[in-house]
Amino acid sequence: MIEISNVTKEYVEGNKALRNVSITIDDGEFVFIMGRNGSGKTTIFKLLMKEEELTSGKIIVNDMNLGKMPRSYVPKYRRRLGVVFQDFRLLRDRNVYENVAFAQRVVGASTRRIRESVPAMLQMVGLSAKYKMYPHQLSGGEQQRVAIARALINRPEVLLADEPTGNLDSYNAMGIMKLLEEINEMGTTVIVVTHSHEIVEKMNKRVIRMERGCVISDGIEDGYSYED
Amino acid sequence: MRISTFWYCMKQGIKNICRNIWFSLASIATISACIFLFCMFFSIMVNVQNVVRIAETTVGITVFFDEDMTENQIRALGSEIGKRPEVSSMEFVSAAEAWEIMKEDYFEGLEELAEGFEEDNPMAGSASYQIFLKDISKQGQFVAYLNNLDGVRRVNYSNSAAAGLTSFNTVIGLLSVVIIGVLLGVSVFLISNTINVAAAFRRNENQIMRYIGATNGMIRAPFVVEGIIIGLIGAAIPLVVMFFLYGQAMEYLQTRFQILSQIFQFLPLRQIFPYMAGTAMLLGLGIGFFASFFTIRKHLRV
Repeated sequence: MIEISNVTKEYVEGNKALRNVSITIDDGEFVFIMGRNGSGKTTIFKLLMKEEELTSGKIIVNDMNLGKMPRSYVPKYRRRLGVVFQDFRLLRDRNVYENVAFAQRVVGASTRRIRESVPAMLQMVGLSAKYKMYPHQLSGGEQQRVAIARALINRPEVLLADEPTGNLDSYNAMGIMKLLEEINEMGTTVIVVTHSHEIVEKMNKRVIRMERGCVISDGIEDGYSYED
Repeated sequence: MRISTFWYCMKQGIKNICRNIWFSLASIATISACIFLFCMFFSIMVNVQNVVRIAETTVGITVFFDEDMTENQIRALGSEIGKRPEVSSMEFVSAAEAWEIMKEDYFEGLEELAEGFEEDNPMAGSASYQIFLKDISKQGQFVAYLNNLDGVRRVNYSNSAAAGLTSFNTVIGLLSVVIIGVLLGVSVFLISNTINVAAAFRRNENQIMRYIGATNGMIRAPFVVEGIIIGLIGAAIPLVVMFFLYGQAMEYLQTRFQILSQIFQFLPLRQIFPYMAGTAMLLGLGIGFFASFFTIRKHLRV
């Protein structure tokens, strides 16, 4: 469970990116965080990643208080999260298999475990046949699938996706969202930061809307018209 | 750390070197220059120290005593002198022995001239002690101590030999420390630059590693491997050069400047090489390790 209680984040004194935000996300939930640029959605993402420190309030992720977490414990905490970015962030000099294996390699997994789990993960994201290809040989959607496979290979409890469909056409974007839904159905909590109302409308999931650092609505939306 | 992780870090470190080959080569060249100079000074210093050691066993101090002292009194004073910590060994030369030595030195072939003195030893009152010191640099203060003793008439010693050898050794030592220090600084700076460039190349990879949950050690390891490899290669090159150059240089010096071979007894390479190689490799490893370890710290923000 993720509990964000009365969280305020100030990057510069007086300039609040988040104002007294409170959100609770249960285990196994699929949640969209929506908002315009500067609404604070990426700040929440960074706080959950423990990339930034909160100014006040409390964030608890699966019984771990992020505010009190020592820096030395951060790598261990991050192994319990999976992260996907808009720009994929794949290693250009490594093929699909190596990109996914990389995530296991850096956390010290054995070669045997890597050989077992990477093909299974590639099968799950539908890239078994392309395991030898390099990122520049793949479409945007396929690159994002590799990024998702890399995020999931260490079996995280929570998957954080920051604008995962931002660089994709609507067909590929829906494909990625379907994949995230499948992952969620397997028990992983999925949090997607986005500003695409088209996707939000089609998915029919819980949506947390943000504006100027505050939560302005929270609930399941169907056919909500987002004024840009 | 798993063996597979170890090999992974090794592979990445080698990849880093290949990616920035010119920076790596510049670092290797500087370390090589630094360690070559170290090896040169090391060779000179151990050879000079060897000469000093030989001098310490051959350059002695001769102490003469007042003429009215009996042999027993001289021996008693001699045993007092022998208790001093500076003394390595000492030998008593009686008046009769002194006369025998003189006869051999000055009356060789003219023994009949010496016979005229048989009844009247011209060396009477010349009983002495020949003293050898453990450390020739202490000669000055030891001579001062002897001169202050009651019963000591004269102290013979070679001041220039001791002073020359010790000051030459000190100058060589200081010079090598200064030059090696400057080169060490340059080497660390260059390795640090190379590591910074490698870190810039791997910025994306490091960022992904941080998000995935890699520890600082795991992110740092390829850079430290890179630094250590550069340091070790930088140390190995001058050692190979020294291995082939030392014997030839010694031979050249001895044939070209024959006077040197009378003063100097050059140590054979096999006697100094293990120490030189060990120290040089440790130096290379140390430079590589510390330069990379501390440079990469600023890229480890989690």
